[in-house]
Amino acid sequence: MSIFVDEQTRLLVQGITGRDGSFHTRQMIGYGTKVVAGVTPGKGGQVFDGVVPVFDTVADAVRETRANTSVIYVPAAVAASAIFEAADAGIGLIVCITEGIPVLDVTRVLPFLHERGARLIGPNCPGLISPSKSKVGIIPGNICQPGRIGVVSRSGTLTYEIVHQLSTHGMGQSTCIGIGGDPLIGTNFIHCLSAFQADAGTDAVVMIGEIGGTDEQQAAEFVQTTMTKPVVGFIAGQTAPPGRRMGHAGAIISGSSGTAAEKMAAFARAGIAVMKRPADVVPLLRERM
Amino acid sequence: MNLHEYQARDILRRHGIPVPPGEVAETPEQARAIAQRLAGKEGRVVVKAQVHAGGRGKAGGVKLAKDAAEAGEHAARILGMSIKGLPVRRVLVTPAADIASESYVGIIVDRASQRPVLMVSPAGGVDIEEVAAKTPERIHRLAVDPRYGLLAHQALGLALKLYRDMPQARAAAGIMQRLYAAFYAVGASLMEINPLVTTPDGTVAALDAKIVVDDNELERHPEIAALRDPSAEAPSEVQAREAGLTFIKLEGSVGCCVNGAGLAMATMDLVKYYGGEPANFLDIGGSSNPQKVVDALRIITADRSVRSILFNIFGGITRCDDVANGIVQATQQFPMTVPLVIRLTGTNEALAIEILTKAGFSALTDMDEAVKQAVAKARAA
Repeated sequence: MSIFVDEQTRLLVQGITGRDGSFHTRQMIGYGTKVVAGVTPGKGGQVFDGVVPVFDTVADAVRETRANTSVIYVPAAVAASAIFEAADAGIGLIVCITEGIPVLDVTRVLPFLHERGARLIGPNCPGLISPSKSKVGIIPGNICQPGRIGVVSRSGTLTYEIVHQLSTHGMGQSTCIGIGGDPLIGTNFIHCLSAFQADAGTDAVVMIGEIGGTDEQQAAEFVQTTMTKPVVGFIAGQTAPPGRRMGHAGAIISGSSGTAAEKMAAFARAGIAVMKRPADVVPLLRERM
Repeated sequence: MNLHEYQARDILRRHGIPVPPGEVAETPEQARAIAQRLAGKEGRVVVKAQVHAGGRGKAGGVKLAKDAAEAGEHAARILGMSIKGLPVRRVLVTPAADIASESYVGIIVDRASQRPVLMVSPAGGVDIEEVAAKTPERIHRLAVDPRYGLLAHQALGLALKLYRDMPQARAAAGIMQRLYAAFYAVGASLMEINPLVTTPDGTVAALDAKIVVDDNELERHPEIAALRDPSAEAPSEVQAREAGLTFIKLEGSVGCCVNGAGLAMATMDLVKYYGGEPANFLDIGGSSNPQKVVDALRIITADRSVRSILFNIFGGITRCDDVANGIVQATQQFPMTVPLVIRLTGTNEALAIEILTKAGFSALTDMDEAVKQAVAKARAA
């Protein structure tokens, strides 16, 4: 079992003929993801690598291929428009890899998705992978192993680091999901924790947060009140100075809130095992499971 | 990107918000001439440092002058000073206004409600975070539905929290609606009018303004991007931005070069965990380009306080061999005066280790081990 993506995922790639889109489409197909369609306006009728039909619009692609999930690799300036289009065509799960989308664009996208009941993962995220079932996005498949640990993270390469630790110690994953490093995102920690709690294939969850905002504090409250599965947590940015954006648009300590110390304390209060460093993940999970 | 006060005032004025006159000067002579033109020879003016730092007033960067001559003297002093390490290169000169009341109006994008939130307070002219901490009941908030914008009755409702006088409340409501329009028009992540003032004749106007623009908006707003003031940033950070890197200078001695912001922060934290201090945050990004590594090393090695350099690369999209080639190219272009500790794992790791070994470097695959070594080498140097 897994969350959000699995063998039933029929994937559509928006921006399939671009540099990033084409590279990662090949990676996803190689991993075994069912990539059923691509969309690049003006290239409808082509066939990508001889196997994936390309359409001019998402609506055409959905009608012809019954795609139920979309992954977006288009440039930032048109990414919001790509999300609107996917939701309008009835796609239920939209994964936006593109980084650098203006936050105000996202303020307009989110109510539109909400009205149509579509879920957005990202933007500015590495996507997600349910090992040996389906990979949607850019998480390297070779570092993952199928298993029973759920992983949810605001980061990209830091997630790989921690997943790599899990896999090399024989702890496979049900689903690994990167929710993105922007201030406004479609799917937050609580959405993922709640899905992992409900998933019969997940025994424990690793939550990787960072400085900025209060998502981790709210997630901690959710863990305390609602979750029965063990949760292990990490917060990046203990040494980050206030007022400076640490790469991710969302990773900024503003005033006295959003610090790593504050988030780690919230984790500890909620009974989440707090990692001091990435290498603590395996021992802490063993302790709690 | 932060805008200066004079730039923010221009933007508000262009959006129809009443802003008292004021002009920017780069020399004491200009400041004197502006004071005389706007307030007359004997008129009082305020001279304000234009610098991206809070606490300008406390640092002596805001001065009231009794006449144009004194405005020149104040400008001479302020233009020579640094506030929080940032040199003051411009001053704003405005006629001193008689103020009957001061309030606060601001808009931010709120992460919790995922909407722009308008905040107003009758406690203007002071740091709003302080008001929020001490008297939270004096701040009124409204999350605006971006589909419909700030509606007239919503703006008036907030304005009535600030003014009892209906004409003044209506004027303030109009300012709020224009501020909301400006927020989306320039792609801001923060806009503040602090204080919003009333003068003895009842006029409502924006006396001081602050605007922060979302960096992701700059590409489609070249006119805003052109307002960037490179003199207000550390030269190494300007250089990094031009090279497509994200770099933030810190105080320690272990230079860090990492791919990905989260891993970069976790690497800095691990340096601290093992008793060292990171010299910087540096994210080379996801792309695979040896030139970025060369540029990164050039920036890190220019920092005199760096005693060792730590590479921490987890190859996904980033190919380890590209990073290895970048390291080798850099050492051919300029001398490496401090020890390098290289950790890389993931995509094309074996190829990378081969490239590095041939060039006389060794590489590790474990993050903790690499950080420990980098900290030890920084200590020994």
